[in-house]
Amino acid sequence: MLLALLVAALVVVALLSEELIPRLAEQWERHKARRMHVPGIDYDPGRERRAEHKARQLLRSCVNEEEWSMYRDLGFIRVWGHESTGPANAGDTGGAAYAYLIYPHKAIIAYLAQTHRLLNEYCVMFPDESRPYGSARLPDSDDVLAKWMALTGDEQRLISTANMHLPGRQLDPARVKRDLWRLSQWERARMRDAARSAATRGGAGPSSGTTPRIDATG
Amino acid sequence: MKPGHGEVLLAEGDVEVAEDELRLIEEFRSQLDAGLWAAVPQTDGGGRREAQMVKTFEQIPRDAERVIFFPRAAGGR
Repeated sequence: MLLALLVAALVVVALLSEELIPRLAEQWERHKARRMHVPGIDYDPGRERRAEHKARQLLRSCVNEEEWSMYRDLGFIRVWGHESTGPANAGDTGGAAYAYLIYPHKAIIAYLAQTHRLLNEYCVMFPDESRPYGSARLPDSDDVLAKWMALTGDEQRLISTANMHLPGRQLDPARVKRDLWRLSQWERARMRDAARSAATRGGAGPSSGTTPRIDATG
Repeated sequence: MKPGHGEVLLAEGDVEVAEDELRLIEEFRSQLDAGLWAAVPQTDGGGRREAQMVKTFEQIPRDAERVIFFPRAAGGR
């Protein structure tokens, strides 16, 4: 009886082995492949920080002082639009002045300058398909500079390339309105500072060529 | 502009020197062939800064200090 069972078991194992052995071998190979070390370039926060630092310097050297200060203080740049009928697919703005807000790695927002009415979101990116560091993403300031160059250099081309959406798809309209309010406050403060420094220069009299300066050198 | 790297100097030279100019033209063409866009930052008479997009080497102002190459724009999400 025992012998018969053993023989039967051997027969079953022999029959199944044709199915089981290749599967086990495949599983083993997969296990080895999963554990194998794949050489690659890991994310390096130091490298990313250095890249962003260089990108900020490049951006600063390209945009004017006001735009640079805007980006440094508020985190975005405003670029005035130049199309007589307003940006593409925003309806005729009747010649009203409009502008764009450029945020790093976010949609470009078009709005009417006078009323702050949001017109559209233009989603655009600048993917580097060569992916030299495992990412197609430019540093934040490079992304802003790319948008700035493309908008000031060829507004129509960039806007026609972008995917257009109604306001609110990517950026909260309340946040954008708040940013526009921050921008207006920021501009007022700059104008006040400019007027104050002009008055200081005027008050110093024509004989005095430079503003008096006190250096705290000890 | 390169991800993870920021600004990278590709080539520099004086366009008045024939040898330099040829090298600059070659680099310019190779970047455009790779699908990049090229722009020249400029300052207009009123002090306003803007960029000029260029598609050929001849479009670059002779007195331009630099040409910046950046990835071509694509519609985003």
